[in-house]
Parts: sequence; structure tokens; C-alpha cells
Amino acid sequence: MGWKGRDVISIRDFSKEDIEFVLKVAERLEEGLNEKGSLDYARGKILATLFFEPSTRTRLSFESAMHRLGGSVIGFSSASSTSVKKGESLADTIKTVEQYSDVIVIRHPMEGAARLAAEVAEVPVINAGDGSNQHPTQTLLDLYTIKRAFGSIDGLTIGLLGDLKYGRTVHSLAEALAFYDVELYLISPELLRMPKHIVEELREKGLEVHETTDLEEVIPELDLLYVTRIQRERFPDEEEYLKVKGSYQVNLSILKNAKESLRVMHPLPRVDEIHPEVDKSKHALYFRQVFSGVPVRMALLGLTLGVL
Amino acid sequence: MPELKVEVIPEGTVIDHIPAGKWLKVIEILGLTRPNGGTLLIASNVPSKKLGRKDIVKIEGRYLSEEEVNKIALIAPLATVNIVKDYKIVEKFKVEIPDKIVGILRCPNPNCVSNHEHVTPKFRVESREPLKLRCHYCERTIEGDDILGNL
Repeated sequence: MGWKGRDVISIRDFSKEDIEFVLKVAERLEEGLNEKGSLDYARGKILATLFFEPSTRTRLSFESAMHRLGGSVIGFSSASSTSVKKGESLADTIKTVEQYSDVIVIRHPMEGAARLAAEVAEVPVINAGDGSNQHPTQTLLDLYTIKRAFGSIDGLTIGLLGDLKYGRTVHSLAEALAFYDVELYLISPELLRMPKHIVEELREKGLEVHETTDLEEVIPELDLLYVTRIQRERFPDEEEYLKVKGSYQVNLSILKNAKESLRVMHPLPRVDEIHPEVDKSKHALYFRQVFSGVPVRMALLGLTLGVL
Repeated sequence: MPELKVEVIPEGTVIDHIPAGKWLKVIEILGLTRPNGGTLLIASNVPSKKLGRKDIVKIEGRYLSEEEVNKIALIAPLATVNIVKDYKIVEKFKVEIPDKIVGILRCPNPNCVSNHEHVTPKFRVESREPLKLRCHYCERTIEGDDILGNL
């Protein structure tokens, strides 16, 4: 499938070849950035960022990516300042905005909103998060970070820690990791276990998957620990949240039992699940992970615009 | 009880082996509740060797396509369809669940965009036994009662 005009909606739409291709292009762009500071592949092109709910980090990352490609950005960062407040449909908003832009990035609180936007729009649409469903560019930047840190994704033993029930990041990452030869440890409180159908799907695809509540026991096995926040806002019931709040904290003491080469990732923002003392240790990979968002999003913008 | 003959209608479609009590859902799914939907003959709660009790729907003067009828496989997986011409059954087939379910099932996820914007709900069949569908928009899978409850 060609890349020009393609929508990026769900990691489920990607083959392993697609993923590898994006990672390769991102690597080439990162090298270009290191050499020149910025590039001009997208000169004259306009990105519209439609953030119907706030996500400063993702929005800034897309904006930075477009600027570094030499293009420009228009958009909004909350639905309250738009015609949506007046009752405009999502389809009409998209049809309007595409008259002003060459590519659209959308973040929306409803699941499936990005898919709908892509069906309506003539220009490519990139999903920057739709409710608790998908956030494919986060998954791609996670894979890129792993590949850059370890050289290869195959052969790694990876722990996914925290809110595995509601966390869309770990759901898509686990699905994407199923393309690779990895061993997975799913570490969470009983209440926040990875949904059964995802675990079954991973096993069907041949992954060795272990489920546990005990981080200390399994940490010596891991090459990579992917930590997620226990998201208060996703809990239907505050009492349930209080039962699991602060279940895990990755600190220097727990990392003493880890391999020297263990790397810790986190999609951020964090609350208390990684102690700040870990930031300066050789284990911390999460700020590098934030940086990875720029070349990966540059690759996706450039490919879908047809300028790379 | 005398055997029910499908030949009692001269032309049309007979849908047999519908689970008892589901005939109304069947005609809703097939759009036959509209005034121009066709003349209907309904037999409900009829004794059946296969199902214990069953419903039969006969649509006079209209031939439903295999694709149209396959939609009812969601609630009547054992249904059989007879196409009748000149009092004779000219074609007989079992319903099959299609690969895509479009417009007849609502997504049970309250946060799915298909429940808020003007769009036709669509599902892809992930597995037929047990029946598992995936929403085209929110990508959630639904099974069992969630399917029946949202038809």
C-alpha cells in the first residue's frame, strides 16, 4: 500500500513491514536533523491539529515535527473554542478544516472519531488518540525508542507494568510487539490485569506471556520495563481507584535487582510510579522516548503528505 | 398437528427454523415492517424437531437475496430459506453470517462515535463460533447477549 494520502488510524491497520518502514524513515530523518537542525521536505504544506480534548505533549510533538519538516501548523487545542460548541458535527468540522490544510491530526474523546474523520476527509488523517481506543503514533515512537536503544526488538524480555486494563498505550504496544520475537511479563494489580482477549490474542500469535502482580520477583528477568500511570480518570468508581493507587513505584532500591542494561520507559505524564531519583540513572529511557516522537511523527507526516 | 407446507404461498420467500419468539426481530432486520415491505404470513411457536419450538415467516411476492437474508443469521443461525415460485421450492439454503454487518446492530460502547454522529454502524465478523464482532469505529469486540441486545 502506498503512503501518499494514507490515513494513520490504528496500529491494527499496520503490517510488520509498514512498522519497520516507518522506523527506518524516522531514523533517516533523525540523522538529517542531527546534521542540519531542520529539514524542508514539507515546505508550503500545512498541518491542522484538531485537539478536541487537551494533550499538550502530543500536540507539541506533532507541531515540532511539522516545523522541523519545514511546514506550518494551524489548529485548536480544545473544542470549547470551536463551532463544535454550536453543535457542528465532526464530519462538517473535518470537511471545513481540510479546505485549509494538507494533513489533519485529530485527538478526540470519542472512540472511533479518527476513523470517521478519515472516511470524511480527502486529505490524510492521523489519529493522535481517540478516547481509550488507539494512539498509533505513541506505539510507533515506543517501538522506535526500543529499537534505537537495543538495536533490535527481537529477543527482548519486556515487562509492561501498571494499568494494563484501561491503558490504551500498553494495549497497542502489546499488539505491535506480537510481530516480534519477544517474551512478555504483564505486571499489574489483579484489578488492572490486561483484558483476557488481548492476552489470548498474544498467545495465539506465539508470544510467551506471563501474568503477575509481583514486580520485585520478575525484575531480574527484564531487558525493558514499560511503566504506565494508574489513570484515575479512567476509573468508573473512585473506590476502585483508591484500592490500586500507588501499587508500584520504580525506585533505585528496586532497580538494584535489575540487569545493568535494563531500560525503563513511560509514556508520561507520571505521578508517583517512577521516583525522580531514577531520572539520572542509566536505566531511564523515558525522556529519550519523548524525543522519539519528533522523528517518528515527521516520518508519518512526510510519508502521508507524499514528500518523503 | 398437520405438517406446515411452504407451498401455501404461490410466490415468495419462506424463512424457516427461526427460534420461537424471534419472528418480529427477523422482519425488522429485513426491513419488512415498512408498509411496502410485502405481505407477510407468520407462524409462531410451531413444534419443531430441530428447535423444540420455532417461528416461520413467509413473504409473499418478494424474493429476498441471500445477502439480505444472511443478516438474520445473527439471531437465527439455524434458519433455512426457501425461494418459492409457482408453488414450488426452486431454491433452498441455510443462512450464513456475512463478513460484515452493516446498519442492523448498534455498538454497545456508549463512547463509540457511531452512537453520537450521523454514521451507519459497521462491524467485522472476527469469529463465527462463538460469534464475535468488532466495531469498525471504536474497535471493541462484542459477543453473546451484547449482540442480541443491540440488534
